[in-house]
Amino acid sequence: MKKIEAIIQPFKLEDVKEALKHAGVDGMTITEVRGHGRQKGHKEVYRGQEYNVDLLPKIKVEIVVPDGRLEETVKTLADAARTGKLGDGKIFVTAVEEAIRIRNSDRGEGAL
Amino acid sequence: MRLLVLALAVCLITFLMSAPAMAQAAGAPDSGAEKIAKLESALASAQSAGDNAWMLVSAALVLMMTGPGLALFYGGLVRTKNVLATMMQSFFLMALITVLWAIAGYSLAFSEGTPFLGGAKYLFLRGVGVEPNADYAATIPHQTFMMFQLMFAIITPALITGAFAERIKFSALVLFMCLWVLIVYIPLAHMVWGKGGFLNAYLGGRVACFDFAGGTVVHVSSGVSALVCALYLGKRHGYAHEPMKPHSVVLSVIGACLLWVGWFGFNAGSALAASGLATSAFVNTHFAAAAGALGWSAGEWFRNGKPSVLGAVSGAVAGLVAITPGSGFVKPMPALLIGLLAGLVCFYMVVVIKGKMGYDDSLDAFGVHGAGGTLGALLTGVFATNAINNALKRPDGHAVALGLADGHPGQILNQFWGVLIAWVLAGVGTWIILKVVDLILGVRVSREEEIEGLDLTQHGEEAYNYEG
Repeated sequence: MKKIEAIIQPFKLEDVKEALKHAGVDGMTITEVRGHGRQKGHKEVYRGQEYNVDLLPKIKVEIVVPDGRLEETVKTLADAARTGKLGDGKIFVTAVEEAIRIRNSDRGEGAL
Repeated sequence: MRLLVLALAVCLITFLMSAPAMAQAAGAPDSGAEKIAKLESALASAQSAGDNAWMLVSAALVLMMTGPGLALFYGGLVRTKNVLATMMQSFFLMALITVLWAIAGYSLAFSEGTPFLGGAKYLFLRGVGVEPNADYAATIPHQTFMMFQLMFAIITPALITGAFAERIKFSALVLFMCLWVLIVYIPLAHMVWGKGGFLNAYLGGRVACFDFAGGTVVHVSSGVSALVCALYLGKRHGYAHEPMKPHSVVLSVIGACLLWVGWFGFNAGSALAASGLATSAFVNTHFAAAAGALGWSAGEWFRNGKPSVLGAVSGAVAGLVAITPGSGFVKPMPALLIGLLAGLVCFYMVVVIKGKMGYDDSLDAFGVHGAGGTLGALLTGVFATNAINNALKRPDGHAVALGLADGHPGQILNQFWGVLIAWVLAGVGTWIILKVVDLILGVRVSREEEIEGLDLTQHGEEAYNYEG
């Protein structure tokens, strides 16, 4: 099993959700996060006080998939989240040791 | 307004008098003199009704400037952890000053005493009833005048809270405000507006300093006191290093709009009657607010490339502050100019000068009220004209020349004296009061409390409990 962690633009969330649903991904976890990569922030001025806001709002999507579905899911996600500009985000993939469904204690890929 | 009241009065009188007149036709008819006396008394009571209606509304409008107006304006500018404490600083004064005013404040400000402080005649509001006090306003109940003035005594200290926002101890604030109103506000109000006050041109004062609605009494005094508070308390922890963005400019915009509307009561109400002079002040108030918003926006647009919403509403407030002393003395075009200058000057004070001087006047009480009030008080000496306000008469019955616009340049000097007295009294008085309060209670919260926020540490509450 692999965990896909994608940091995406907030306004791309609906596209990504839709695309993943079509690709047969059943579950995901969404978190509102702030961060930055190479994208520059912006400047805000309140009565002369300048603030450089470099941590921008992003959405983190977490999905765990069976090994065999990894490439397809990553491609679907990246295609849906892409605008081609700085700030589109990143995808990280890590190995997952175990998955357990709390309701009935199913384990492994069957629990996904 | 007057015409309407007159017309109504005449209709009413005709109606009321027709029935008894017919009844009396058989007996002894009213003499002509009696009829005239009745007519006059009916007319006076009709005018009194019109004036009193406007003044009661005005008093309510001025209270609305403090809560919710100022509470929202200031509350939006602080960080989430301090919004309740900031609103409390305005709201609590609505209660605290009211009690002070009833017991002693009104008497010390408005009864006859020395040129610098009133006397004890109205202590506990003795003798302040519905009969008008002709010295101040002959057509409205004395209590209406007392309430209208109370609302000014509430908002003035509330304005200062912008300077020490996010770091004052609440107990210290309560003591400070009691002392400040007694030692700074009341003497100044007496000097400018009280009978026999040193600066009161209309009631036997020495120096004819014109202050229609409180440029010196309200804005210079609170603004200068704010500067002293900011200097005495020192900067907030993390000032200029940590982000201290306004937590909700939305609240500030709503607050500023309420201030704008409330200011009609503040300035036009200061005519103390539903008169043509009230309309003049109403027009000037609105014009200065509009021009102030444009002035600040222009400065910001030019300097930063973008006109901010916070800047636009701050400019409107600056314009309102600056027109306050002259609102019942100047013509509409000078009002536009005064507002525009105030928008630009206050923008410069807040954005450039404050940055260079390095004091932390957190919500710019000095930059807006101190600077705007001083500017407005001086410009009143330039533009005041008896074409708008002819209440001051020479012995021969002609209206006195008021400002430079009437060919009386000396008025600018008179205004300067008023401003100077307000600066010195507010500056020295505030510093002494802060020293005393600091010795008794300590004025500033601990570093830990400041970091945790005043809402929790001073009041045991949080503003936004979305999960609750």
